[in-house]
Amino acid sequence: MAALSRADVEHVAHLARLGLTEDELARLQTELNHILDQYAKLAELDTGSIPPTAQTIELENILRDDVPRPPIGSAEAMANAPEREDDLFVVPAILGG
Amino acid sequence: MAALLRAGSVSSRELAEVALAAISATDRALHAWLAVDADGALAAADAADRALVAARAAGHEGLAGLHPLHGVPLGLKDLVSVRGLPCTAGSRILEGYRPPFDAHITERLRTAGAVIVGKLNMDEFAMGSSTEHSGFGPTANPWDLDRVPGGSSGGPAAAVAAGHVPVAIGTDTGGSIRQPAALCGIVGLRPTYGRVSRYGIVAFASSLDQVGPFARDVRDAAALLHAVAGRDERDATSAPVPVPPELLDLPGSDEVAAATLRGVRLGLPREYFVTGMEPGVEAAVRAAAAELAAAGADVVDVSLPHTEYGLATYYIVAPAEASANLARYDGVRYGHSERGSGGDYITDYKLTRGHGFGAEVKRRIMLGTYALSAGYYDAYYLKAQKVRTLIKADFDRAFAGGIDALVAPTSPGVAWPFGAKMADPVAMYASDACTLPVNMAGLPAISLPCGLAEGLPVGLQLIGPAWSELGLLRLGRAYEAITSSAAWRTATPPGLASAADPTTPTPAERAAVLAGVRP
Repeated sequence: MAALSRADVEHVAHLARLGLTEDELARLQTELNHILDQYAKLAELDTGSIPPTAQTIELENILRDDVPRPPIGSAEAMANAPEREDDLFVVPAILGG
Repeated sequence: MAALLRAGSVSSRELAEVALAAISATDRALHAWLAVDADGALAAADAADRALVAARAAGHEGLAGLHPLHGVPLGLKDLVSVRGLPCTAGSRILEGYRPPFDAHITERLRTAGAVIVGKLNMDEFAMGSSTEHSGFGPTANPWDLDRVPGGSSGGPAAAVAAGHVPVAIGTDTGGSIRQPAALCGIVGLRPTYGRVSRYGIVAFASSLDQVGPFARDVRDAAALLHAVAGRDERDATSAPVPVPPELLDLPGSDEVAAATLRGVRLGLPREYFVTGMEPGVEAAVRAAAAELAAAGADVVDVSLPHTEYGLATYYIVAPAEASANLARYDGVRYGHSERGSGGDYITDYKLTRGHGFGAEVKRRIMLGTYALSAGYYDAYYLKAQKVRTLIKADFDRAFAGGIDALVAPTSPGVAWPFGAKMADPVAMYASDACTLPVNMAGLPAISLPCGLAEGLPVGLQLIGPAWSELGLLRLGRAYEAITSSAAWRTATPPGLASAADPTTPTPAERAAVLAGVRP
């Protein structure tokens, strides 16, 4: 598997919405490539006919009854907001204008 | 403790006061706790005492209706939501956040009458094997204050080993209960995936995370599991599997407990005795297996051939799931938040997340994002899920072949000095080689203290088939019984002697000194 270039690391950081310093990007490039080298071990195994396991207990969709319940109030729900206006979270504009 | 409370020879308030006093005496040197709720604990203890008085007045039946944890002080890893208390998950990005609701297990513990003393230190978002990745500084091991307690649940393990509280709650995604239990010389149980509801618990890797108990002995661990286990409709992965009431009836008599070993078939997986394992650890674990055999168990060699692929598989699956789970920390609704000058929300996310997360969390988010990104999904995540099938099949085969439980080391080594593995993520990850495959297969496993190597605790791991917690705890109780007179059982953590001394350095100071002497 191809090694990660500096541009790859920057692209992944953008996808992950992580603002990283020059030092962090350089260190992560080295570390991620070292870790990816360890992953190469899995290529030893022929898994062509092996189904993937996403979960380990044999449960299928368990649905609960759709019963209305009292919610936590908006005051409590908003109490941790870094910035708010009445009962609204303040965010930057995402539409032009 | 439960018996003393019932008899009235000690009150829950006295137990809570003893716990609070022990924490204030030694936690400066240990740093196991991130938040102590003295007022809440004393109020809960007083309520428990009132209920005890009423139960005693109602006679035998009244007392029998109380859970063994009634009135008992305990601590929670700082990713379990307790309404109104801080819940950082060891991360600066959640600094100041106070959950507006209780986790399911918090509700269950309150119902049982347990007294929640506070919140315990951990690697940030449970990512780590040493608790050095906490955003709030490391925790020291009570056995040697220059060493790590293991991780990620290092705070709960250290608090129990130090005698602050008799039991604590942790979570185990790749070994985060069993490994710190081993390194701190206590009992830790990771239940079957689905056994305990995760509602209200900060998520790391959702196909692997489970919640479980730390305790000084097996019966206390069983009581705590009993209090929190069972179906909760708010966690769709919690299974409708009955919780055995016998968890509260493990034998107190050593003779009765030891008798359960006769006819039990135990497997020694040869792949768990690997090169690189410390000789003292191997000796202690093999001695434990020999003692189990001498007491009547049938101990046979088995092979789990895909064990060596566990590490790579885990370090694809867990970071991939974490990168998705941690996308929620956006600085909008709670926690650390930064705004750039440009009014651009992408910039705000990057500032908030870039500064709010620590190095290990960023490393794993990057790994996971890469493994899931376009063009690499099949090569990494899908491949890892297929290997996961093979790892699980190894265990299935062993249990189908008549093995009741597997006997293995919990960790290939004893507790290491601060900083020893911080520079090399792969070396840190490798310390979990004996615990990760269990999580990949969703199985329950327990770590029991089984002796000392170089004066530091060694953990014996027993791994069972799905839903076999009761069987594992019975085996654990039997192992306690046959080793009850072992010399190492009387050893107490030597670090505690100086932990109460106010001139003793804090773990952060120790870690800084050790970092300075390393080339």
